[in-house]
Amino acid sequence: MAHSNPGSSPSHVGALASERAESVFRDFKPAYDEAAAVSEASRCLYCDDPPCQTACPTRIDIPQFIRKIASGNVEGAGRTIFDSNILGMSCARVCPVEVLCVGDCVYNKLGQPPIQIGKLQRYATDIALEEGWQYYTAGADTGKSVGLVGAGPASIAAAHELRRRGHRATIYDKRDVAGGLNTWGVAPYKMKGDAALEELNWVLRIGGIDIQLGVGVGDGEGDVPFSELEARHDAVFLGFGLGEDSMLGVPGQDLDGVHGAVDFIECIKTGKVELGWVRRAAVVGGGNTAIDAVRELKGLGIPEVTLVYRGSEAGMSGYAHEWKASKAEGISASWASQPLAFLGAGRVQSIHCARLGADKRPTGETFALPTDLVLLAIGQGKLASMLQGVAGVSVERGVVVADAETGATGRKGWYAGGDCANGGKEVVNAVAEGKRAAIAIDRYLRGDAA
Amino acid sequence: MNGSNSDRSEKNGSAPGPDGAAGSRADHNHSNAGHWLVGARDAKVKPDLTTNCGGIISPNPFWLASAPPTNSGPQIERAFEAGWGGAVWKTLGQPIQNVSSRFGGLNYGGKRNIGFNNIELITDRPLESNFREIREVKRKFPKHAVIVSLMVETEQEWEDIIARSVDAGGDGLELNFGCPHGMCERGMGSAVGQEPKVNERITGWARKYADKYRPGMPVLIKLTPNVGDILPHGKAAQRGGADGVSLINTIKSIIGVDIDHFVPYPRVRDLSTNGGYCGAAVKPIALHMVAQLARDPDFRIPISGIGGVATWRDAVEFILLGSTSVQVCTEVMLKGYRIVEDMIEGLETYMSNHGFHTIDEMVGKAIPGYSEWGSLDLNYETVAKIDASKCIGCYDCVAACRDGAHQCIFPATDGTRVPIIDESECVGCNLCQIVCPVSDCITMVQVDNGFAPATWNEAVAGEKTLRPKKGSH
Repeated sequence: MAHSNPGSSPSHVGALASERAESVFRDFKPAYDEAAAVSEASRCLYCDDPPCQTACPTRIDIPQFIRKIASGNVEGAGRTIFDSNILGMSCARVCPVEVLCVGDCVYNKLGQPPIQIGKLQRYATDIALEEGWQYYTAGADTGKSVGLVGAGPASIAAAHELRRRGHRATIYDKRDVAGGLNTWGVAPYKMKGDAALEELNWVLRIGGIDIQLGVGVGDGEGDVPFSELEARHDAVFLGFGLGEDSMLGVPGQDLDGVHGAVDFIECIKTGKVELGWVRRAAVVGGGNTAIDAVRELKGLGIPEVTLVYRGSEAGMSGYAHEWKASKAEGISASWASQPLAFLGAGRVQSIHCARLGADKRPTGETFALPTDLVLLAIGQGKLASMLQGVAGVSVERGVVVADAETGATGRKGWYAGGDCANGGKEVVNAVAEGKRAAIAIDRYLRGDAA
Repeated sequence: MNGSNSDRSEKNGSAPGPDGAAGSRADHNHSNAGHWLVGARDAKVKPDLTTNCGGIISPNPFWLASAPPTNSGPQIERAFEAGWGGAVWKTLGQPIQNVSSRFGGLNYGGKRNIGFNNIELITDRPLESNFREIREVKRKFPKHAVIVSLMVETEQEWEDIIARSVDAGGDGLELNFGCPHGMCERGMGSAVGQEPKVNERITGWARKYADKYRPGMPVLIKLTPNVGDILPHGKAAQRGGADGVSLINTIKSIIGVDIDHFVPYPRVRDLSTNGGYCGAAVKPIALHMVAQLARDPDFRIPISGIGGVATWRDAVEFILLGSTSVQVCTEVMLKGYRIVEDMIEGLETYMSNHGFHTIDEMVGKAIPGYSEWGSLDLNYETVAKIDASKCIGCYDCVAACRDGAHQCIFPATDGTRVPIIDESECVGCNLCQIVCPVSDCITMVQVDNGFAPATWNEAVAGEKTLRPKKGSH
């Protein structure tokens, strides 16, 4: 990762290199201009008790913000969005709206195109950020402070809500750039890292959110111990996300050219990568990270990109609409394929694969898939094991156990949200969980509830 | 009243068109619903669209109204080539000077120009040019109707301009007693149309000089809607000897306000002025005024209907309410002359489907269905029904009934999002049906409440018993 040009964004959220591999990408869904936005907004039926709102994890009052766009009240539209989701600009771009709000638009039942809610939300939030509209001010100081672990969407949403309620917020993140996956993990044809940082800076204008970059929390060397964290703050929010890419545990995975997909995506999001030597690339996995990875490789100019998945096309966990877009971009797939080994002399040259049957068991057939680059997108490790020494905080299957409504863990004053507590979902889920936890923390700090 | 009520209900229950007005779509027991469709089976003959409106004969009832689309000969020649049956020439008089910034549009719900207004005046071209071009158009299109719109002040001026119009070969005259902006400040236009005595006197002049220069030369009077009651004005024209009336002219209006510069539209430097409102949104006002005249037994001259005619469907409505020809301006200004192709085809298809052979057979066909409130059957009861298989669960009907009607439609309790209607509270107002975005999902169904038809007039006279009121507690 080359951070050749620090200073492109204000220092306390960190900085991204000005020249990054992701820069070559264009938006997959182009922005609306005013005429297009008003036209689309005017189609909205303004449903009562709207299904789109119910489908949104942050419960944005979608018909209301759309009506405001239609009337030219863009500032009000932004308020409606950010009232529910302070990262509404990011979510407008990265949400899988096809399976959330847009998927539940009643127009689908009418056989007519659903309202393009994501694009309308982007229209309003882009203008709000461009204009620098400030909707929120910090609440009267309560003298309380909350420590938040991880500077991703969950902690940012929580910190902002805590500030509105007058509590001070300190976010710790071991990386040198804030924003979490929103900054260094989102597919660049949806949003680029600098946009995420721009939004983060806008959020921070509420004041009183201290982001301490390069400061880990936990049991690692140089980390702030959890006991110290608890001593410094009146409450704790855990929003540290997931860990490193999982490996397959097969021979040859240490060869050059075999990488974790999340790690690779971070490289293209934060700096430049040299891929001129790659003619063929393979991505192992069938989830959304795998789909992001194949589309990104294709977009970076690699001629042949193949998805290698154990199961069938119908059985993949990645969103169907995303895979459809991948196919349209010329990406191929090798279904029912289980890598047994990565072969090559120093550098990977092919994947030795077993052909699986419908039951995902080997059929006995094997084949070689020639490739110059392999990305593994088979999941990420869990970080929660570092909490084992913290009495009362339970971890199940690597995930922090937290109350679904409040984010409360088993330890008094400790809350959790985002990927570390839900096992890995969307940005919008992290925002919703962070905000809900902040509301619960506020009640706790005011003595209204345990 | 009794017999006609059910007949009319069925007619109202016919499928609404894509732009048809909602609000009266009642779905009833169609015991004899087929009878009005009988014509469809025996009338596949191509109908004759030839129109005779007050002696002005045109190949179809579609005329261009006196306005910018009829400003010059070359324009009208192109219009006739496109299929328009007649054209009322842009009003001739003492040529004026217009302002820059003449028009304004009214947008609503993402739809542009549902209403329109203008502050343009009558012709600004030399009379010689206009009369030369009228002669030329008539030479090239002898079977199309060219009606010359006129607006001058003195009797002598009326005689002179009528003489020249006849000499140029115009098929008829239309006296502009309607323009509500600019010209009325000079004592013409709607200033005449608002005073029945002045209307009658000037109409009388026109009658006299039209007959002097060509006996029987048709004279139409274009009426202004900027009056409390249209009847005295139509009758004044009839008394003055008019062969027909044209209505409505535009409605006095301010189309909107520039809320950043505190000036109404259209803005002429730092000022604006009231203009004439027209376009699709004025149709209901125009239909009412046309029907008011058409249903009056003492009003007997033909009507050329104007006001928001944009499609063949609008034209049919005007004709059914008593118009013989229809005039179009705004939609042509917005879309051009070629819209007439669809208007002609649509009218022909409608006439074939309903067994009408001529325009005259259609004229006023809906007038018997237009009555006073006091003659409506208060015992006629409908309730809303939702077709669950069509409902998309938007709950627009729930919100509309809850906040704007009688609180009798409720959210589903079974997770289906098909709303529940409390029929015991439903007053049959149509609001849910009007807001429903799905065709034929909500229907207003007649309820047999056991009460014989009874009107307010009958109830006041003590002749009939009214059913108990609903939703009035």
